[in-house]
Amino acid sequence: MTAAPAEIAKARGPAARFESEYAAYRRQKKIHALLFAVAFAACVVAAGIAAKFDLVTLIRGLPRTTDFLVKLVPPIAPATFAHDVSEWYWDIWKWLDSLVNTLLMAYLATVLGTLAGGSLSFFAARNLARHYLIYWVTRRVLEIARTVPDIVWALLFIIAFGIGPLAGILAITVHTIGAQGKLFAEVNENISTLPIDGIRAAGGNWLEEMRFAVLPQVMPNYLSYTFWRLELNVRSATIVGFVGAGGIGHDLFTSIQLLYFADAGAILLIIVATIMVIDMLSERFRHSAIGKASFAH
Amino acid sequence: MRTDITAADIAAERKRFPRMFSAAASERVGAWLFWGIGTALTIYCLYRFGFLSGDFLHGVSKFTAVVVAQLFPPKGFEHLPMFIKVMGETIAMAFLGTLLGAAMAFPLSFFASKNMTRSRPLQLGTRRFADLLRSFDYLIWALIFVRAIGLGPLAGIMAIAIVETGTFIKLYSEAIENLDRKQVDGINAAGGNGLQRIRFGVLPQVLPMMLSNTLYMFEHNVRSASILGIVGAGGIGFLLADRLRAYELQEACLIIIVLILAVYAIDYLSKVLRERLIGDHRRREPIDDAVQV
Repeated sequence: MTAAPAEIAKARGPAARFESEYAAYRRQKKIHALLFAVAFAACVVAAGIAAKFDLVTLIRGLPRTTDFLVKLVPPIAPATFAHDVSEWYWDIWKWLDSLVNTLLMAYLATVLGTLAGGSLSFFAARNLARHYLIYWVTRRVLEIARTVPDIVWALLFIIAFGIGPLAGILAITVHTIGAQGKLFAEVNENISTLPIDGIRAAGGNWLEEMRFAVLPQVMPNYLSYTFWRLELNVRSATIVGFVGAGGIGHDLFTSIQLLYFADAGAILLIIVATIMVIDMLSERFRHSAIGKASFAH
Repeated sequence: MRTDITAADIAAERKRFPRMFSAAASERVGAWLFWGIGTALTIYCLYRFGFLSGDFLHGVSKFTAVVVAQLFPPKGFEHLPMFIKVMGETIAMAFLGTLLGAAMAFPLSFFASKNMTRSRPLQLGTRRFADLLRSFDYLIWALIFVRAIGLGPLAGIMAIAIVETGTFIKLYSEAIENLDRKQVDGINAAGGNGLQRIRFGVLPQVLPMMLSNTLYMFEHNVRSASILGIVGAGGIGFLLADRLRAYELQEACLIIIVLILAVYAIDYLSKVLRERLIGDHRRREPIDDAVQV
C-alpha cells in the first residue's frame, strides 16, 4: 500500500512539506520554460522557411555590403581636403533644393494632417462624440488611414496627381490624419471636466468653455504630438521619393540605381545630418511644450 | 464672503496681479509670431506645391473618379492563397529581423548603459552608433542590402535587423539604466562575479521590459516589412506595388485588405502575449504605434 504524498509530508513536518512543494513548483516552471523554448524554436524554424532564410547567401553577401558602404565615401586626402569634398558634393545645390523640398513637404503634410486629424479627434473621443456610431466609424476610418503605409498611399495618389511632391504630401497627410486623430482623441478623453464646470459657473458660454477650460488642457499635448509627428514626417518625406513622390529620396534612389555610389553617400550624409538636427530641435520644442503643460494645470 | 464685487475692484486686482489676467507682453508677441510665421509658411507651401492651382482640383476629381471608383469591389480571389502565403513571408521577415536585431543589441546595450560601463567614451560611442543605425529608414537599408546580397526577403530581414539593433540598444539601455542598484549590490555582497551580477541582479529586473519592447517592435515591424518589397526586398510590398503600377486597383484593394487584417491580427496577438507574459497592461506602450508606419 502506498501512502499519499500529503500524508508523508505531514509525517515529516513543515520543512519537508515546503521542500516537496518547492520541488514541484520548480519542476512545473522548468516544464513551462521547456515548452516555451520548443514553441519559440518552432516559430524561428517556420519563419526561416517562410522567409527563405539562407545563411550561405547572407555570409557571402556581408563582405559585399561592407564594400558597398566603403564605396559611399570617395577617397579624401588630407592635403586636398577642400577640393576632394567639393568634388564629392559637386551637385550640392540640387541636393539642397531637394532637401528644402523634403522639409517643406513634411511641414505641409504635418499642418494639413494635424488640422484634419485634430478636427476628427473630437468625433473619435468617447466623451465628446454625440453618437456611438459616429465614434465607431471615425475610429475605423482613422485606423485604415494609418494602417495602410504612407508609401502605398503615395502609389495611389501618383495615379491621380502624377509623379511629384504633391502625391507625397497627400500620402503623408492621410497617414498623419490617422495618427493625430487617434492620439488627439486620447488627449480629449483624458480632460478634466472641473475647469468646464468652473467656467460655466462663472457664466461662460460654450465658446468660452472651449477656449478657457478645454484648450489649455489639450494644447500642450497637441503641440508636443505635432512636433513629434513633424519629426516622423521628415523621415517619411525622405523615402516617398523612392516611388516618385518627390523629395530627396528620389535623388538617392536614382543614384543607387545608376550605381553612382559617391553621390548616394553624399545624399545619405545630408539625410543623417538633417534627421539628427530635427530630432534635437523637436526634443527641445517638445520639452518646452510639456513644460507649459505643468504650468497650465 | 463678499458678493458685491464691482468693476473697480476687478480693475484694482488686475493692476495688482497683471499676470493672473493675461500673459506677459513678450509671451504674447512670441505666440503671435509663432502662429503668424506658421500660417504664412503654410500658405507659401500650398502655393509652392500647386495646391492653389486648377491642376490640383483636376487631380482630386481624377482621384475620386478613377482611383476610388476602381478600387472597389476587390477582385482576384483566385490569387488569395498566394497573397496569404506572401503575407506569411512578410510576417516571417519581421519576426526574424526583430529577433536578429534583439540578439545583436542585447550585449551592446550593456556597453551603452551609464551604470554598466565605466568608460564614458565607450558608452557614448555605442549610443551614437545606435543613433546612426536608427537614423536611416528601413527602406534605405533595404535598398543597400538589395544591392549587396540581391533581391529577396533576406535583404529585408537584414534591413529590419540593422534598424532594430539601433532601436533596441536605445530601449534596452534605458531599461538597464533605470534598474534598482540594491539587487546588484546584494549579489556583489554575497560574492557573485560579474556574470552572476548580470544574471541574478540585472536580468530579473530588466527582462520583462525588454520582452515587452521586443514584442512591441515586432508588431511595428510587420508594418515596416510590408513595404520593403517596393524596393525588391521581399514581402507583400512587391505584389502591392506591382498591382498599383499596373493599375490593377481591384487586386491591389484585396492585397490591402489582407494586409490590414494581418496587421490587426498581429497587433491583437502581441497585445495578448504581452499582457500574459509580462502582465504590463497598465503600462503605457513604450512607443506609440504611430512610430513610423
